[in-house]
Amino acid sequence: MRQSRTGQRYKKSDYVAFLYIAPWIIGFLVFQAWPLAASFFYSFTDLSMLKSWNFVGLENFREIFTHDRIFVQSLKVTVLYVVVSVPLKLAFALLIAMLLNMKVRGIGAFKVLYYLPSILGGSVGISILWRFLFNRNGLINLMLGKLGISAVDWLGSPQNALFTISMLSVWQFGSSMVLFLAALKQIPRDLYEAAEVDGAGRVKMFFRITVPMITPIILFNIIMQMINAFQEFAAPFLITKGGPLKSTYLYGMMLYDNSFTYLKMGYSSALSWIMFAIIMALTALIFRSSEYWAFYQDGGN
Amino acid sequence: MHMGAENRERKRKKNGQKKGCMGRLMCYVFLIALAVVMVYPLLWMIGSSFKENNEIITSMSILPKQIRLSAFVEGWKGNGRYTYLTYFTNTFLLVVPTVFFTVFSSMLVAYGFARFRFPLKKLCFALVISTLLLPEQTLMVPRYLLFNRLGWLDSYKPMIVPAIFATYPFFIYMMIQFIRGLPRELDESARIDGCGSFGIFARIIVPLSKPAIFSVTLFQFVWRWNDFFNPLIYINSVSKYPVSLALRMSLDVADTVHWDQLMAMSLLTMLPPVLLYIFAQKYFIEGIATSGLKG
Repeated sequence: MRQSRTGQRYKKSDYVAFLYIAPWIIGFLVFQAWPLAASFFYSFTDLSMLKSWNFVGLENFREIFTHDRIFVQSLKVTVLYVVVSVPLKLAFALLIAMLLNMKVRGIGAFKVLYYLPSILGGSVGISILWRFLFNRNGLINLMLGKLGISAVDWLGSPQNALFTISMLSVWQFGSSMVLFLAALKQIPRDLYEAAEVDGAGRVKMFFRITVPMITPIILFNIIMQMINAFQEFAAPFLITKGGPLKSTYLYGMMLYDNSFTYLKMGYSSALSWIMFAIIMALTALIFRSSEYWAFYQDGGN
Repeated sequence: MHMGAENRERKRKKNGQKKGCMGRLMCYVFLIALAVVMVYPLLWMIGSSFKENNEIITSMSILPKQIRLSAFVEGWKGNGRYTYLTYFTNTFLLVVPTVFFTVFSSMLVAYGFARFRFPLKKLCFALVISTLLLPEQTLMVPRYLLFNRLGWLDSYKPMIVPAIFATYPFFIYMMIQFIRGLPRELDESARIDGCGSFGIFARIIVPLSKPAIFSVTLFQFVWRWNDFFNPLIYINSVSKYPVSLALRMSLDVADTVHWDQLMAMSLLTMLPPVLLYIFAQKYFIEGIATSGLKG
């Protein structure tokens, strides 16, 4: 029988736990662990729905890194999308959370309104709305026209399209904001009062008190938003179809096309593992770097 | 010297108050302006679904010149063979079981983690958390091939069955956090009264976890309702389309022709999540804040 750390043996009644977590064990093995392992294996094959498969070693990766121009383009716009949308969204979320934390009246109503887009954001209806708002003769250009500004080709020009798609993500800053707000509420007021007595300015207080105190939530938000942004699919698929000139052809769309349009499943598995590796590397990097900009109350444990 | 310091202090405080008042006003103006900017597109969408096609592309106003319902009537007819009644029914058939099983399985698993000591618990918990970081798209191809072999394609099973097996780590985590916050004394007294572990679960834990159950139900309902990616992969027959796929079909067909119908149907498909949100916003916002998870 195994021993727990406290030296107590597990009782028979403890093993009942496995009955309760059984659904998760099965689900984890069948729908998560096995598919992960399988896609790793597939990435070394030329698996396709159309013919029998062969083991091809590193051929897929060689092809991707040396010949696949679309991969390079897609990775480029995806990184751009992540770099634009995630910091903008989080900066916005933090700014609004700080304003709402100033004990303003009607904070509940503001919270409810700001959170609304996060509820709807993933829906097809919103993508349709976005497509219409930023159409050549959509609402935004109509408004600009009234102000005497000439129409902007928000979705039709390769320079603007990615930015327009990013705005849809920024618009959904609500859930990050709620998390920031909850974290801000935990900061003891007397820290700010003490800093004020010492004559610290707002900016200094922000960087010396606010940011260090909410570091875990900042980290969490950055990582989750980054993972989501890397996988963004519906918005470009529905609003721009990846165009114009593949300027919004995000990684998620490329994976979908390779898997289900061209049915190159071995190849797309290799692509998906490259994305997974990038996400893991970035997550590790963010954690590592946080040692330099973050202070934990309990000394970093 | 002492007086001087006190005076300076008082002066600074007064200044601060004046600044605070102006700051507060600015803050309100900003917050309200932002709320208007954020919600205007939605209100405009509501208005547009009552407008004529031509009015949609020429008018910035939210209010239509006249209320006409033809966009709803015509849009509802869908592609002629299936109406939106079919799509809405399908969505419920897909979403309701998925939500039910998610809640049930997450609850059971969370109970196991929150109230028992068992071998490899730390490892299992770490695995639950690490699956949060696992991109769905890396699992997509093997899952598709598995469901293909099982003959589940073009049915709702690829979405419902994983829910039975607690594959939503976010909800498990949320539930674990909640159950950990419940006092253990209640468990003990129930045990003394002769309850087994399942009795404790059914009679103590589940009733006390109602707020968490509400939160999970609401989030999962809204996310599954909005989900576009999974149905796109797994559902082929138009007769089985949920609203997300139906809208996309209408978008391809109606593009630039029937914007009014498209707006009307988009609005209708967004209504169930919005209504839920309006009536239960507390559970959404508190659910997200207390779990400390998900963006």
